[in-house]
Amino acid sequence: MATTTLTKAPRGYDPAAAKPFLEQLDRVKGGLPGGGLSWLDGLRAQGRARFAELGLPTVKNESWRYTNLRTLDKLAFQPATDAGDDVRFDVLPTVRADGATGPRLVFVDGRFRAELSSTAGLPAGVELLNLADALTRKPDLVAGHLGRIAAPDDLALVALNTAFLADGPVLHVPRGVTVEETIELVFVSVGSEAQPTAFHPRGLIVAEAESRAVIVEHHVGLGSCTTLSNGVTEVFVGAGASVHHYKIQREQADAFHLSHTAAKVAGKGVYDNFILTTGAKLSRNEVRSVLDGEEGDTHVSGAYMVRGGQHVDTTTFIDHAQPCCTSREVYKGVIDDQARAVFQGKIIVRPGAQKTDGYQQNRALLLSDTAEIDAKPELEIYADDVKCSHGATVGELDDDQLFYLRARGIDKATARGLLIGAFLAEALEEIAEESVRDAFQSYVADWQNAR
Amino acid sequence: MAATTETVEQVRAVTEQKYKYGFTTDIEADVAPKGLNEDIVRFISAKKEEPEWLLEWRLKAFRVWQEMEEPRHWAKLSYPPIDYQDAHYYAAPKMKDRPKSLDEVDPELLKTYEKLGIPLREQEILAGVEGSEGRSPAIAVDAVFDSVSVATTFKAKLEEMGIIFCSISEAVHKCPELVQKYLGSVVPYTDNFYATLNCAVFTDGSFVYIPKGVRCPMELSTYFRINQANTGQFERTLIIADEGSYVSYLEGCTAPKRDENQLHAAVVELVALDDAQIKYSTVQNWYPGNEEGVGGIYNFVTKRGACRGRNSKISWTQVETGSAITWKYPSCILQGDNSVGEFYSVAITNNFQQADTGTKMIHIGKNTRSTIVSKGISAGRAQQTYRGLVKILPKAEGARNHTQCDSLLIGDQCGAHTVPYIENRNRTARVEHEATTAKISEDQLFYCRQRGLSEEDAVSLIVNGFCKEVLKELPMEFAVEAQKLVGISLEGSVG
Repeated sequence: MATTTLTKAPRGYDPAAAKPFLEQLDRVKGGLPGGGLSWLDGLRAQGRARFAELGLPTVKNESWRYTNLRTLDKLAFQPATDAGDDVRFDVLPTVRADGATGPRLVFVDGRFRAELSSTAGLPAGVELLNLADALTRKPDLVAGHLGRIAAPDDLALVALNTAFLADGPVLHVPRGVTVEETIELVFVSVGSEAQPTAFHPRGLIVAEAESRAVIVEHHVGLGSCTTLSNGVTEVFVGAGASVHHYKIQREQADAFHLSHTAAKVAGKGVYDNFILTTGAKLSRNEVRSVLDGEEGDTHVSGAYMVRGGQHVDTTTFIDHAQPCCTSREVYKGVIDDQARAVFQGKIIVRPGAQKTDGYQQNRALLLSDTAEIDAKPELEIYADDVKCSHGATVGELDDDQLFYLRARGIDKATARGLLIGAFLAEALEEIAEESVRDAFQSYVADWQNAR
Repeated sequence: MAATTETVEQVRAVTEQKYKYGFTTDIEADVAPKGLNEDIVRFISAKKEEPEWLLEWRLKAFRVWQEMEEPRHWAKLSYPPIDYQDAHYYAAPKMKDRPKSLDEVDPELLKTYEKLGIPLREQEILAGVEGSEGRSPAIAVDAVFDSVSVATTFKAKLEEMGIIFCSISEAVHKCPELVQKYLGSVVPYTDNFYATLNCAVFTDGSFVYIPKGVRCPMELSTYFRINQANTGQFERTLIIADEGSYVSYLEGCTAPKRDENQLHAAVVELVALDDAQIKYSTVQNWYPGNEEGVGGIYNFVTKRGACRGRNSKISWTQVETGSAITWKYPSCILQGDNSVGEFYSVAITNNFQQADTGTKMIHIGKNTRSTIVSKGISAGRAQQTYRGLVKILPKAEGARNHTQCDSLLIGDQCGAHTVPYIENRNRTARVEHEATTAKISEDQLFYCRQRGLSEEDAVSLIVNGFCKEVLKELPMEFAVEAQKLVGISLEGSVG
């Protein structure tokens, strides 16, 4: 078993916190797409039962010791309604330099917006559609994959997402097909003035053997309502396939963004993940990549910039289940004001996973006296012929470097900006796709300019 | 690869040699009945003729302990449930008063020390015969045989300088105000399950007080031994270094072979005042259990030092090769401005040994600095975890930490894990953490073998090199012993 399976409610959960969510679920569950499919009903029921048993994780939970979800308890979240379907957009975010519309799916408060989406430019055989549609029209496309990597018995929030499983992006790339166009997935949080809104997008990416795709997720917010996005994405990387999966999260100031991405990489497959975070009041990105075949490769990297009272949590789990795989992680972050950042990165090397090469680096810059960083880079190793290392540094801007720039007539603010930009650029270098890297660079610049 | 397999086999053969110190001494013991309740706590306290406040403190601890949950969920250790009622909480070797001459010392006891080959062989010193100090090496030993301190040497010389070095039960009578002031001030009786248990039932341990401005002229040393079958041992050590003083303290442990697991829950408290320095070194070589994982000591230790004063320094050095279970996190609370904390550790686990060990560095004062160097070697089917916390509080301006954790794996059945926690709440602080995991490289082995070293010697040499950074921190008296120990432990486990 490559994933950790919990059989009963462990310590560190608050089952009482499940109640409001379960009440909402009972109100909407009749209308969930694909109802009546026995495997799907079973999966949702399993998610519901597990979440009812666990509730939300508390800070006594080792994996949540630095991120407190207690505030979620006080907000009575309601499921998103069709009210958001009328929201119009002048422009939607894109990494395309020309601003043209390529293949993309747009979701507003977790609900699919067909009129804003497009499948133009996709090679024959590639399926790009929303999950609700897939569950009604082509359930076989997803039946063998949903809940297979991110199992609902595994984690409370995955269980919650599974209970509500309704809509989200589905991408299926057949064997040997390379998708040249970057596929964009746009998630807009709008919410409602009346009450906090919760949605649980569920994504599925299946790249069959020897295929290739580049996916960019945009998570943006409109207005200032309180929203909770509790997303789960499962990514199947076939033998020799490569999936480049990039994400930028810049939701509104009152957003809660919880996201769980679980990838499984077959032999010689490549899964490349990068997450840039600037938004939301509280966000947590949990990325799990299982190297499930020999000579697989995974890159899980990211950058974050937070200020004000923001809280950003990055939790990664790299599972070397088979020999001769490589993994690489580079995370860099800048923390200002009273913001708090959390980095938890775990690499496990299973018995027999010889010739593993694992590398992890995590660096943070504190820009204010009240900022905080908590880091926990973790290695768990059960094989001897391995090369694993991690490094973590925390500090402020280097005085010598500042002096160097100031001595050349650069004012303090500009000098600091240059150094912060250079610091983050090192992480952005991890993005293999140039167009995506350039777009992400501009988001970094935007954040700096707003400082 | 073939060469490695061969080495592993060889090493296994060597490691499985009988535990060198597996013998028991037959001394009639004064044993408390099995089990743990308030009466036992009172019994221990009465045996020690303790003052009322100490009994009250023990009872408070015992009451808290009863409400506590055994911490079994976070450490990477697995062992069968411990029945805390199925052990004796007090065992004292039968002795008439204090030995005044060699004849009064139980010959069985002397034989035990002789077998251990510890510097206690100067039997006159052990017996406290006057005039013997001049001929002895410059080490003062407070021997703990099971629970009662048997002999204290060099007393006179130390007393001249105002240094108090005695058993803690003696200190309770001799300098109650110091004990009352500092006991539990670093590790309070509510601290954790094992420490709280220790507070309730501790039987003996060492007490050291170094007065202002005094540099202790010799290494102070305690050898712990667990002798009585089925006896939990609960040592309590308290070291206070007053302003401007310095002390280096050595703690060494060996234990006789036992089939039943023995529980050990010690507490060590260190207090360093302004400009004081404490260097605390440990070599722990208790019985690790046999090659099947049967028996061995369960070692749950709470060690903590408080750098209370400005410019104070506490340095922990440990070489951990023994015990079936090790649960130990020697920590520093860096409260005084400019105070320094250090943690140097070599941990070797083989066969079915499990160790979850590391440190905590809590930076409170300005310009506090800490260094962590941890070398873990795991072989056989052993599991080893480094678990450490570096915490920088908001007022710790200019704090610095550097952590280096390296693991070496020998064989494909063992595990080596690293779980560091870094919590920084000060912008000006700089925290660096590095960790690596690797195995002994074929190139290094080949190089040594090519020059005529046996595989075993080569492994020992390489591992000693791997640990050098830590071993060099040990006082001379220990360094040689520790190096040998690394070699021996590796013979069985490395290769």
